Amino acid sequence: MSAFIDFLGGLSLLAGSAFLLFGGLGLVRMPDIFNRIQAGTKTTTLGTLLTLLGAAMLHPEWSLKLLLIGVFLIFTNPLSSQVTACTAHYRGIKKSSLTKVDRLADDESESMEKSVSKNPDSEHKDKEEAEL
Amino acid sequence: MNNILIGIAILLAISMIGAAVVAIRVKRPAIAILAAGMISLFASILFLFLAAPDVAMTEAAIGSGLTTFLFFFVLGRVRGDEHD
Amino acid sequence: MVDLLIILAAILAGGAFLFALWRFLLGPTRLDRVVAFDVLTIVSITFIVFAALIEKRGIYLDVALVYALLSFLGVIAIARYLGDRF
Repeated sequence: MSAFIDFLGGLSLLAGSAFLLFGGLGLVRMPDIFNRIQAGTKTTTLGTLLTLLGAAMLHPEWSLKLLLIGVFLIFTNPLSSQVTACTAHYRGIKKSSLTKVDRLADDESESMEKSVSKNPDSEHKDKEEAEL
Repeated sequence: MNNILIGIAILLAISMIGAAVVAIRVKRPAIAILAAGMISLFASILFLFLAAPDVAMTEAAIGSGLTTFLFFFVLGRVRGDEHD
Repeated sequence: MVDLLIILAAILAGGAFLFALWRFLLGPTRLDRVVAFDVLTIVSITFIVFAALIEKRGIYLDVALVYALLSFLGVIAIARYLGDRF
């Protein structure tokens, strides 16, 4: 039974590293910055969590520390990717022709249409502050 | 030290050289600061592989965290007369 | 058997590290390099976990916790600097 759990932990380590490898491959191959943020952050989050799970299966006495690292990664990693994507959007980095969806630009155009009577610059600045 | 750890250490050393080249060749100061922080981050992993976790933790906290944050704070203050 | 799996996993993580290093060295914009830095630190956390598994010392995982914190702080600092919000 213990050998089986060890084998399962090794397989989980291998799967996590494979996800990391695919994330790095997406980081090289994707056409623009937004796709690179997607590939570089989502995949590496799952890969690191699988690796931590495999380490917890191999050494059950480390589970508390590994759980702490996993919870911390779950909280911080999407936050950093969101801040990076917001900065890329507000700096006006061009999307490639393959990137179709930009919900933040849609929201901004909607709120500009709604607040056409107000000063649009202050509205944009407030929204920008709220986003970050 | 295991063979696989020696391989990872060689990879980290090569990437430290690459980050140093980036830090002296890049035009903008922000990426130079980031690359300098990355060098000390990888140096702390090398300290860890040499079985010194306390040195590694101090190096990571001071060399990478505090220095990078301080440089970005000062660079944000002096942004007005920035000559690239 | 488990040792072989750990070696294979470390080789795959090394490949991920090489890809992210490629993007860090040749990134066209600055934010590309920031994302590559994020991926490099996360792969480094995986390296630390492998080192702890190989050397069988649980104290190494504390450094991994500090690493997760520092990667986050560095990316937030540079993103706020580049977004003119310091």
